[in-house]
Amino acid sequence: MAHVISDLSKYVIVFFMALYTVLCLFGVRGNDEEDRDWIYGVQIACMFMVHFLGFAAICLETGDISYIIFYGFQQILLFATIALYRVIYPEISKLLINNICMLLTISFVILTRISYDKSIKQFFIVTASLIVGLFIPYLVKKLKFLKYLTWVYAAVGLLLLTVVAVLGAVTHGAKLSYSFGGYSFQPSEIVKILFVFFVAGMLKESKSFVQVVITTGIAAMHVLVLVLSTDLGSALIFFVTYLVMLYVATRKIYYLLAGLGAGGLAAYIAYHLFSHIQVRVVAWLDPWSHINDEGYQITQSLFAIGTGGWYGMGLYQGNPTAIPYVEQDFVFSAIAEEFGVIFAICMIVVCLSCFIAIMSIAMRIKEEFYRFIAVGLGMTYITQVFLTVGGGTRFIPLTGVTLPLVSYGGSSVLATIIMFCIVLGLYGVKEQEGIRNAKKRKRATKSAREEERDS
Amino acid sequence: MLKREKEQQNQPEKKKEIHNGEILFVTVVFSLLMVAVIWNIVDFMLHDKEEAINNSFNPRQELLASQNIRGSIYSKDGDVLAKTRILADGTEERYYPYQNLFSHVVGYSTKGKTGIEYSENMKLLTSHASISNKIQNELNAEKNIGDSVITTLDVSLQQVAYDALGVYSGAIVVTEPSTGKILAMVSKPDYDPNEIVLIWEDLVEDKSSTVLLNRATQGLYPPGSTFKIVTALEYYRQNDGDISGYGYSCNGHFSKDGSTIRCYHGQNHGDVGFVRSFAKSCNSSFANIGTSLDIAAFQKTCRELLFGSDLKLQLPYNQSQFRLLASDDTDLIMQTSIGQGKTQITPMHLNMITAAIANKGVCMTPYVVDSLESATGAVVKKNTPSEEATMMTEEEAAFMTELMTEVVLSGTASKLDGLSYTAAGKTGSAEFSADKNDSHAWFTGFAPAQDPKVCVTIIVESAGSGGDYAVPIAKRIFDHYFETNS
Repeated sequence: MAHVISDLSKYVIVFFMALYTVLCLFGVRGNDEEDRDWIYGVQIACMFMVHFLGFAAICLETGDISYIIFYGFQQILLFATIALYRVIYPEISKLLINNICMLLTISFVILTRISYDKSIKQFFIVTASLIVGLFIPYLVKKLKFLKYLTWVYAAVGLLLLTVVAVLGAVTHGAKLSYSFGGYSFQPSEIVKILFVFFVAGMLKESKSFVQVVITTGIAAMHVLVLVLSTDLGSALIFFVTYLVMLYVATRKIYYLLAGLGAGGLAAYIAYHLFSHIQVRVVAWLDPWSHINDEGYQITQSLFAIGTGGWYGMGLYQGNPTAIPYVEQDFVFSAIAEEFGVIFAICMIVVCLSCFIAIMSIAMRIKEEFYRFIAVGLGMTYITQVFLTVGGGTRFIPLTGVTLPLVSYGGSSVLATIIMFCIVLGLYGVKEQEGIRNAKKRKRATKSAREEERDS
Repeated sequence: MLKREKEQQNQPEKKKEIHNGEILFVTVVFSLLMVAVIWNIVDFMLHDKEEAINNSFNPRQELLASQNIRGSIYSKDGDVLAKTRILADGTEERYYPYQNLFSHVVGYSTKGKTGIEYSENMKLLTSHASISNKIQNELNAEKNIGDSVITTLDVSLQQVAYDALGVYSGAIVVTEPSTGKILAMVSKPDYDPNEIVLIWEDLVEDKSSTVLLNRATQGLYPPGSTFKIVTALEYYRQNDGDISGYGYSCNGHFSKDGSTIRCYHGQNHGDVGFVRSFAKSCNSSFANIGTSLDIAAFQKTCRELLFGSDLKLQLPYNQSQFRLLASDDTDLIMQTSIGQGKTQITPMHLNMITAAIANKGVCMTPYVVDSLESATGAVVKKNTPSEEATMMTEEEAAFMTELMTEVVLSGTASKLDGLSYTAAGKTGSAEFSADKNDSHAWFTGFAPAQDPKVCVTIIVESAGSGGDYAVPIAKRIFDHYFETNS
């Protein structure tokens, strides 16, 4: 009976996820935040249902009631997050908060299903990150000196990356992390934020050719160090983020085109220089002929997605652990397998709506420094989503990056939460500017209406 | 007063005008990229998914097998071709009631998988039983039963074809040209799939054994004189449909540039026109025709006939090969024109070309799975006929039918003449070794010639001439078909 119930519940989960996603699309457009409170309320209800049904299925399938306690703690964390952020920062983007919590919800369920131990570890890091994150929007508004630390960001960032490249532990072929006390720290995740701050600081000062050359040089050093430590995914994220920030700041399309050209050339040279890049391209072009070695990961990922079908196999009905590094690089495939492709596509749309929300915040910020930061953080986010989902579905070669907020990985989730909190802080900056105008506008329309009524 | 305040407020805004065009552009570009990612996933789900997940490297197959009982395979009339039996001790056993009869087309599912057991593996393991049925099974602690595969195979026709091939090695394919339905498929030597575990060691140890090979779809043979269908079509095309001017005087052999082609058993066909050259299968005349052809156009025609192409066929198959270059010497050109040379073809592919002629030039994709049904009888999926390729024009197909009818009326397949139906076809005797007396007997054809219902392709290995050994088999199959389908 338990089996049939969990078999049926998967359709209900897909329904609530789809409903959430549709509401996201409504939430993104338009300006009047207050009118959309009911939308955010329904979203929270959807989130609760996905979480509840997910853990109900976990309990039914494993027959282990102790998961309920874990569920309870997660529930408290999620609702506390939504409540606290809303109370402390009433002007904050409710859609972004909802999306962060929805992605964390999915993460909790799928990680618990894949590995209980890892999900508990992840839960602690998420909790700590959210507590730290609570202060960030305030700090972003108050700490004006953040604008003037430009070279500190570059120095610290490059140092961290270089030390990792030289000394760091070797995790699956790429030198990515420091590890201590059972936790491994992946600096490239945090350096992403420093990098965005550095570029924003440089380009707000001047957009002269010399300044652009200097900034490009430093940015190229970041990318080079990442390539040398074989962290191709991060290298690409830094590269794309820099190009877009440069383009937005200078408003010169030929910088963008020249950058793309140079990037293409560099990729061509790197392809011929490094065998590990060739391996990934081979595995991308023809995974089926190399199913036992180079193509193993990607074919296992495609098996998972394909076998899951549109509605998924249901929790515990699939075999996601057959994919190497499933909880990090292939969490999307695991979700597609057990929750179904419809659910997984909805999740991509939620990620996309996060990106669009960040970019629309950027569009409303007047002060260049904050504006560039919003653009830069938005770009690191969407590039990472693109690389991991595109890689796991054989749209592009695999680069081995995590899906922000959903994948297992302490540094990744910490960095992403900080990143989102910075954006929320920027939203506050924008709202302060905006609210004044909006109030004025409201007052104006009100009085106009009154006049109409009077006449 | 108020006005001035307003102006003051507006001034700094004007200085720092916001330009959002770039951000908007970037946002749209990356949103479109994500849409492309989603589109790619949907495309995978719609087109490549089936083949991917059926791969033997997919560990989920065992997972499904532990949850569901493998479904049954049925003939078109509902006879069980394969089913899973639960033994007294609770273990599952795959049972094939017809033993050797369907060995290759139905295949086996232990020790790897072949045939329908391979191509429909995931479907057989997936259960679409009704919810109430599933609840009942769960309450009784029983597994769900996987979906059933209803094939297009006709047991009695298969039996006739199987018996007709007798002790020979070879293959027979019987299809319905208007739909592509495979009605029968025989390959010999064969095996009893019930005993695959027992005979496995012997089969694997004996490297020369080809028992497991489905000759119908995987056997690559020299086409012999059946290839004159292609040569004739090419000549017809290159002469804009005017073959009236063709004439040749056969004295049993044809020589050019120091190479000689001989007619079968050195037969002397005398003065022959184009139709008679084809009906009598005159090698000398066709070698002569071959030397007049434009090779580049010949290659193009062969590509259109799907030589060297992937087929949509779901069963494991090999690609047919046509290898002739404009730079090749006269000997190879002449050999190729009469179906020797380097050309290799599978009986299934030859059947597809023949069926295209029978179906006004359009080749339907051959298929053996008619539908999928849940264990409780609900239709899960119904396959409908689809076009594989347009191989030739309707006019060309009509001309080829005329040629092939003449083969029956006055040529090498005269054993099919004077029956209740008019057949059309082409025989072949393909030499495969240095010994010119040892040849594979071919026949490919359809009936009735004017309103084709059934298309048959036969190869009998090392038997002799097609007219003597393959045509009588075709007759038995046609006879049976029209007796039971009149």
